[in-house]
Amino acid sequence: MSAETSSAGVAPSNGRSAAKAGKPSRVGAAATWADDRLGLAGVAKKNLRKVFPDHWSFMLGEIALWSFVVLLLSGVFLTFWYRPSMAEVIYEGSYSPLRGLHMSEAMASTIHISFDVRGGLLMRQVHHWAAMVFVASMMVHLLRVYFTGAFRKPRELNWVIGCLLLLLGTLEGFTGYSLPDDLLSGTGIRAADGFMKSIPIVGTYASFLLFGGEFPGDSIIPRLYTVHVLLIPGILVALIAAHMLLLVYHKHTQWPGPGRTEQNVVGYPMLPVYAAKAGGFFFVVFGVLTLMGGLIGINPVWRYGPYNPAEVTAGSQPDWYMGWPDGLLRLMPGWETHVFGTTWSWNVFFPIIVMPGLMFTILLMLPFIESWITGDKRDHHLLQRPRNAPTRTAVMVALMTFYGLSWAAGGNDIIAIRMGLSINQITYFLRGAVFIGPIIAFIITRRWCLSLQRADNERLLHGYESGVIMRDPQGGYSEKHLPLPEAKAYTLTARDRDLVLSAPTGSDGNGVASPTARKDRLRARLSRLWMADNIQKPTRAELEEARHHAEHEHAHEAALSGHPADGHQFDGRDEATGHGHQLSGH
Amino acid sequence: MSTTDRDLAQVEGDPIADPGLPAHLPRATDVDEAASRRAERQVAMLFGLSSVFTVLFIVAYFAFGVGDDLDTFLGFGASNLFLGLTLGMALLLIGVGTIHWARKLMADHEIVEYRHAAASTPEDREETVGILQTGLEESQIGRRPLIRNSLLGAVGLLVAPAGVLLWDLGPTPGNKLNTTVWREGMRVVQDISGTPIRPEDMEVGQLVNGEPEIFFNDVGDEEQIEGHELLVEKAKAAVVIVRMDPADVTPWPGREDWGVDGILCYSKICTHVGCPISLWEQTTHDLLCPCHQSTFDLADNGKVVFGPAARHLPQLPLAVDDEGYLIARSDFTEAVGPSFWERDNDEPGPE
Repeated sequence: MSAETSSAGVAPSNGRSAAKAGKPSRVGAAATWADDRLGLAGVAKKNLRKVFPDHWSFMLGEIALWSFVVLLLSGVFLTFWYRPSMAEVIYEGSYSPLRGLHMSEAMASTIHISFDVRGGLLMRQVHHWAAMVFVASMMVHLLRVYFTGAFRKPRELNWVIGCLLLLLGTLEGFTGYSLPDDLLSGTGIRAADGFMKSIPIVGTYASFLLFGGEFPGDSIIPRLYTVHVLLIPGILVALIAAHMLLLVYHKHTQWPGPGRTEQNVVGYPMLPVYAAKAGGFFFVVFGVLTLMGGLIGINPVWRYGPYNPAEVTAGSQPDWYMGWPDGLLRLMPGWETHVFGTTWSWNVFFPIIVMPGLMFTILLMLPFIESWITGDKRDHHLLQRPRNAPTRTAVMVALMTFYGLSWAAGGNDIIAIRMGLSINQITYFLRGAVFIGPIIAFIITRRWCLSLQRADNERLLHGYESGVIMRDPQGGYSEKHLPLPEAKAYTLTARDRDLVLSAPTGSDGNGVASPTARKDRLRARLSRLWMADNIQKPTRAELEEARHHAEHEHAHEAALSGHPADGHQFDGRDEATGHGHQLSGH
Repeated sequence: MSTTDRDLAQVEGDPIADPGLPAHLPRATDVDEAASRRAERQVAMLFGLSSVFTVLFIVAYFAFGVGDDLDTFLGFGASNLFLGLTLGMALLLIGVGTIHWARKLMADHEIVEYRHAAASTPEDREETVGILQTGLEESQIGRRPLIRNSLLGAVGLLVAPAGVLLWDLGPTPGNKLNTTVWREGMRVVQDISGTPIRPEDMEVGQLVNGEPEIFFNDVGDEEQIEGHELLVEKAKAAVVIVRMDPADVTPWPGREDWGVDGILCYSKICTHVGCPISLWEQTTHDLLCPCHQSTFDLADNGKVVFGPAARHLPQLPLAVDDEGYLIARSDFTEAVGPSFWERDNDEPGPE
C-alpha cells in the first residue's frame, strides 16, 4: 500500500468505502445522543483508528495490564468475606485440623474463604497467581523496553512511571500476602519489623508507630489492609492511566523495516483489529489465570497454621519478587557498629533498606545516564536490537546477573538441601559472585553483541550462507554465499551510526578555560567507553565494492566451469531474484 | 563538544534505500469464500464452546459441595477444580475466538500514521510562558517577598500537623524492648503443654522449646497473659533449653553459674531480624535460624558462628526451685531480638 499518498496527520482508511455515517443506524443514533452531551466525536475520530504496530514483545506490558484488571476483580470478591481484624477467635470452621485453635479473625476468614465459600479458593488462588504474573510481566516488559531502547526520548517519563509501577506492585504484593496472618506471612512481617528497627535514629519509632506498639500488636493487619485495598491500588490505577495516556500520545515504537521509519507508525488500526486482539487477549490472560487458580495450588495457609511468634517453618521464603533483597540479607556479613550507646545494624540496614533503594534509583536513572553519556537528545521511535547497543545491553545483563545471584542467595537453604551442598560454602561463594558475576556478565555480553554486529555486517557484505558446498577444479571446497534479500538488507542497515563525543579542548579560542571542562572530559571518556568499540554498518561504497567483488567471483567461477551452481537451482528462485544473468552458462 | 560539533549531515544516511512497505498479500480467507466461511464457523464454534463451559460452571457451582460436605475428585476439591476449569475455559475460548476472528476475517491492511513531535509549537510555548509570566507579575509574588516567604513558611509548617496526627498510631518505645516477662523465680515450662521441667528429665543433647509459666498459669499475684499481650510477650520471651555435656560448655566469666548441670537457656528470637530459631544440630551445639541461616554456638555463650547476625543469643540465667523445677534467676540481662538504634551496647562477655 502507498503510505506517502495520505495527507500528514490523518490515518488513511483501509476500508474500501469512506468512513462516513451512511444511512441512519442504531450505532449512529447512539453516537449522536452521546456526542450531543459529551462532544467527543472530534477526539474519537482521530483515535478510533489509531495505529498500533504488531510484535510479540509488545504484548508483555499488556499481560501486566490485564492481570491487574484480574487482580481488581478477584480482589473485590475476596473483600466480601475477608475480615481485616486481629481479634482473637477460636476456629470452629469445616477444616478439622485447625478446629479449636486460637487465631486472628483475618486467618479464620481466609480459611473460611478457602473451604466454605464456593469459588472462594479459586478466587484466592487466581488473585495470588495474578499478582505473581503482574509483577513478572512488568519486569519482563521493563527488560523489553530497555533492551530495545524504547525508553529513549521522548519516552523517559513513561520509563519513570513504569519503574514506579514496578515498585508499587512489589509493595502491593507484600502487603497482600501478609493479610492472611498465617505462620509464613507472619514470619515475613516479623522480619519486616526487624528491617524497620535497623533504620538508624527513627527505626524503633517507625516500628512502634506502624505496629501500634510492640510487634505484633493488634493493628498491623487492618493497617496493611487499608494500604493494600485503597492506598496503593489508587496510586496504581492513576499511574497506569498516565502510562497508557503517554503511550497513546507518543504513539507506539516500532521495529525498523521497509516503509517503517522514524516519521511514521505502521500497523493495524485500533478499531477493529487491535481492539479485538487486545480485548481477546484480556480473556486469554483471565482464562489462563483462572485455569491456574483451579489447577495449581498456591499459598495453602491452612497448612502453615496461624501466626505464632515462637514458631517458624524451615525453608521460609517470601514471594519470589521479594527474594533478591532477602538473598542479600543472607549474604551480608554480621557487621554492626556500637557508638555512644547506639546500635547501627549495617548487616540489616544495608542489604534490605539501602540496596533496594539504590537499585531502584539506578533503574530510574538509566535513560538519563545514557542520554548524558551519548549526548543523544534526538527523538527515537524506531527500536534497536540489543546487539546494536552493546554497552547498554551489557549494563542490563550485569544488573540482571546481580539480581539473579542475589535471588539465588535467597534460596541458599533450598539449594543446599536439594543439591546436597554446604550452605556455608554456597553463601561464601555467592558473597564473591555478586561482585564478580556482574563484571564477567558485562564483558561477555558486550563482546557477544559486538560479534553479532560483525556477523550482521558479514551477511550484508558477503551474503548469507546458502548451505551449498562448491568444489573447485583444484579440489578445494567452499560454501556458496548469496546476497540477502533487499528488505532484509535494508532492515539490517536501518540504524543510526554511533557518534562518539569528541574530547573538548578545555578552553575557548581566547584561551579562557571552559567552566565545564572537567565534566566534558569525563563525558567524552564515558562516551568513548560506551560506544567507540561498536561496529558500524557498512557504507554504500563498501557495499558496492563487496557486491562488485562477488559478481567478479561469480563470473570467474562461471568461466572456469561453465556451469556454476549458486544454490538457486534448488530453491526455485533463480529467475525471481534477478540473478538470472549469472546463469549465463546454461 | 555536544551535538553541535557532530555534524549529522556529514554522515551518510541509509546505505541501502528504503524499499517501502511490501505489497499486501491476501490471506486464504480474503480470496477463498470457503476458507472464510470455515473461519467463521471456527470462531462461532469457539464462542459456542465458551457458552457450554459457562453453563457447566453454573452446574459445577451447585453440584459440588464445599466445607463440611466436601466432594473430591482425584484427591482434589471437586468444586474448586471444576469451577476453575470451566470458568477458565469459558474465558479462554472467548479470547481465542476473538483473536482468531481478528486474524482471519477482519481487514488486515496495515495502515500508516505519521508521527508528530511530542513538543508543542514554539509559538504555543512562547505564548504559554508569556501567560505564566503575566500571571506571576499580576500576582506580584516576585515584588512582595514578605508575602511569598510567609506563605512558604505557613505551608511548610503544615508538615508538622501531618506528622503529629500520625503520632498516635502507636505508643513510643520507652523501655519496652529491653525487658521481657522473665523475672526471678519464673518457671521455665514446655511451650506446648506448659509443664514445668526438671533437670533430670532432660538428656544430654536434647533441646526443648520453652516459655515462661505465666503464659499458662497465674503466677503469684500476676494473672496469666492472654490474647494480644500473649503474642507480644511471646515474641520476646520464647526460649530454648538445651542440655549439653558440661565439659563442652565454655561460659564467659560471670556466666559460670547460669546453667544447671549443663542445661542452658537462650532466647529463641534471632538477633538478626527476629525469627524464632529452631534448627538444632546436636553434634556441633549449633542452633540455626531458618530465615537467614544465622548460626549460634550454644556451647559458647550463643556466639555467632555463621550468617548475617551480628550479636550472640542472649542467655537466660537458670536455677532450680524448691520443688526441683527449672526457674529463671532474673530477666535477660540484655535486650532480646533484632537490633534497634537505641539498644544499649553493654557487652556481657568477650565477643
